[in-house]
Amino acid sequence: MSEQLGEMHGHHDVAPGDEEEVRIAPRLLGYLTGLGLSILLTATSFFIAGTDLVWQPSIPVALTVLAIAQMGVHLVFFLHITTGPDNTNNVLALAFGLLIVFLVIGGSLWIMSNMNRNMMPMEQIMQMQH
Amino acid sequence: MTDASLAYGHVDPHHLRGLQDSALGHEGPASKRIVTGFGFWIFLLSDIVMFSCFFAAFAVLHRQTAGGPSGAELFDLGSVAAETAFLLLSSFACGLASIAADVRSARWYQTAMAVTGVLGLCFLALEAREFASLVARGAGPTRSAFLSAFFTLVGCHGLHVSAGILWLLTMMAQVYAKGFRADIQRRLLCFALFWHALDIIWVAIFSMVYLLGSAV
Repeated sequence: MSEQLGEMHGHHDVAPGDEEEVRIAPRLLGYLTGLGLSILLTATSFFIAGTDLVWQPSIPVALTVLAIAQMGVHLVFFLHITTGPDNTNNVLALAFGLLIVFLVIGGSLWIMSNMNRNMMPMEQIMQMQH
Repeated sequence: MTDASLAYGHVDPHHLRGLQDSALGHEGPASKRIVTGFGFWIFLLSDIVMFSCFFAAFAVLHRQTAGGPSGAELFDLGSVAAETAFLLLSSFACGLASIAADVRSARWYQTAMAVTGVLGLCFLALEAREFASLVARGAGPTRSAFLSAFFTLVGCHGLHVSAGILWLLTMMAQVYAKGFRADIQRRLLCFALFWHALDIIWVAIFSMVYLLGSAV
């Protein structure tokens, strides 16, 4: 009953992974688009990692950007996470997850590089213990 | 069964005609499909947070080779490219299985799931071969902090894929035995989320571990 009411008023959420679209051909096209974009981005990543054609210090940044772009492609075309109002809960959960991911990875790298720079080399610490 | 009569089809997702009703405020609980899917989504995100810890460990330790071989000497990018292709196509086949399940075509569903599983097994076989060759060359997980972090991160992803294949076989059997019931459809939704999320994590692994590890 309550579900019928919700449908009547148009207040509906979508489960993560579900699409608005229910016709077969557009859904197929969506998956094909995702596959094509992923192949393109993956091929670019592998090409950039092995080439001398680009400025070498830019390679890590380029690989990171390509990886993030491809994850976005997967989220949109395979997991069907959208910016629509019916997806707000899914996007908010994703945003919180990403916040934790960036805190963990960024924080670890920051703290460890700081310690690497400021701590005494290991051999000297070992000498001080004797 | 026409495909317009799915349980989660929407009348008016952007509330364009719902303004006069918005004062009502009572929507009742969300459907079981949304609750299940959202709960599994939260689990997946926490799984990704766990992977981010392994990624952080790898990023911190990837230069600590203890005089042993580095990534650039060890990684075979051709094999990594093949693994990437297998997992990406497997994810695509899983999407086709989702469509087939939604229109309740058992034949297409079983075919697409079988393709998904076979491609996943190809991925696992390549990964097992890579691990075996690393261990045989004296670059096992005990060799250096770099290799410990590498085996933990990539091995954990491999374990997830193995568990996913067991789940996939279970879902094929359940649809065969019970048909496309609503509860089976919810499990399929969760399985598809899981399988696509594994591919997202693999994107991070091949970019950050293999390609960056070989380039630097």
